[in-house]
Amino acid sequence: MATDVAALERPRAATGGARGSLAFGVAMGYLSIVVLLPLAALVWSSRAAGLDEFWSQVTRPEAVAALKLTLGVGAVCALVNAVAGTAIAWTLVRDRFPGKGTVDAVIDLPFALPTIVAGLTLLSLYGPGPPTRINIAFTRLGLLVALLFVTLPFVVRAVQPVLLELDTEMEEAAASLGAGSVAVFRRIVFPNLLPAILSGVALAFARAVGEFGAVVLISGNIPFKTEVSSVYIFGQLQAGNGTGAAAVSVLLLAISLGVLLLIGAFRRWRTRHDG
Amino acid sequence: MGKYLLRLGALGYLTLLLLIPVGLVFYRAFEHGFGHAWDAVSNPQAVHALELTLLIAAIAVPANTVFGIIMALALVRTRFPGRGLVNAIVDLPLALSPVVVGLALFLLYGRGGWLGGLADHGIRILFAIPGMVLATIFISLPFVVREVVPVLREVGTDQEQAAETLGASPFQVFRRVTLPSIRWAVAYGVVLTTARAIGEFGAVSIVSGRIQGKTETLPLYVQDRFEGFDVSGAYAASVVLAMIAIATVVALRAFHPREETSR
Repeated sequence: MATDVAALERPRAATGGARGSLAFGVAMGYLSIVVLLPLAALVWSSRAAGLDEFWSQVTRPEAVAALKLTLGVGAVCALVNAVAGTAIAWTLVRDRFPGKGTVDAVIDLPFALPTIVAGLTLLSLYGPGPPTRINIAFTRLGLLVALLFVTLPFVVRAVQPVLLELDTEMEEAAASLGAGSVAVFRRIVFPNLLPAILSGVALAFARAVGEFGAVVLISGNIPFKTEVSSVYIFGQLQAGNGTGAAAVSVLLLAISLGVLLLIGAFRRWRTRHDG
Repeated sequence: MGKYLLRLGALGYLTLLLLIPVGLVFYRAFEHGFGHAWDAVSNPQAVHALELTLLIAAIAVPANTVFGIIMALALVRTRFPGRGLVNAIVDLPLALSPVVVGLALFLLYGRGGWLGGLADHGIRILFAIPGMVLATIFISLPFVVREVVPVLREVGTDQEQAAETLGASPFQVFRRVTLPSIRWAVAYGVVLTTARAIGEFGAVSIVSGRIQGKTETLPLYVQDRFEGFDVSGAYAASVVLAMIAIATVVALRAFHPREETSR
């Protein structure tokens, strides 16, 4: 639908002639100075000492262990979000219960809450001491819970609008033809939601891979055990190994770009589905 | 039956992951009484941290708002080579680790960096407010663009063309036609940008140098208190940030069209 409108638009050189071009130029300059220049400096710094040094930095055992953990926990987090996020979106759109508006609003809280506060809140409940006997501080499970907290909104907010627009007629038709509720979900609803679920999951994965504030308190940052890449980068910088920090950062940057390309592909898939 | 199980599962997940932990922080902050919590956030270090956080947001948010509107107009209303690439760059801060952002700025403006020479001319970027503002702008860049782009697509150009035909100048068209149609999307984007700017931790943690009473923002202060074994101070400062977050959520509700939230 959105693409149709875009296709009908008259291509124009720039909004409103000379003044528009100037504004456009300023925006591009802003983007270059704020985003591109620092990233270029990062890539350049990681390679300044030569490719061999770059390679030996990213293959250091501690760096490899951190990256493996980051990707592994990120993948588990994405998977849990795919299920929980879809279930929450479903409950918010199709179910009726008192206080639904409040629950809907609360979904945005992890986004609005500073990540360091998110980490502290989880530590206060699931850390050492009362009120619970559960202590997952300084464990990989604690790491996962912190990442689940900060990535909660992504799948819910991606799936919700699609589910709202989805016509229930198809589902009713399938049900009247004798399909059970599981079959209706699997054959009718799920294929329609899949592109949205995947975009949400991809964003959640990217966020989980890069997260720092929420994990820095609860993970304990134990090398080879609970140290993720972002914490490793921070530690290397503090230890004066800027090259090593930059090398691993370039890997994370590549992962982020890859995820964004994937999301772009999912988006095109979804608009094609809309017809 | 299945419906109730699903409801129970979804709400239970939210309660355990979100509601109880956040509620507990409020409890912890006030468990030694309101006066104790007030003392913890009214000491000069905490007040300075809050002021600095708000100052940085007050610079970063307007900058990103103006940029966001222009960028959204450029992305939707014009065709230029490399548009897809620009689109991807605008989205990048959503997917990139804040630590990587902080490190990139550190390497650019630090000693031996391309722009490291600025410090010799008395222009301090790192370990000072300009660096923290740059980090915050980077991190909170995409939100206004992302909210405005779909709305611009949907409203189309009919009204703008009509206004143009009636003799309105490009600026008049923007102010009288375009801006009113995107104002709620802009407001929504501004709230998201503000929340992200206030809460930024990783990037600011690197570029600020975390000098107490100088370059310490409120999120940095929370960690500083926690690691300094002043846990109740950390909780009290967290409550201030949590209340800002709750206000954000309420504002988001207010700006969101009603019919979109539930069937």
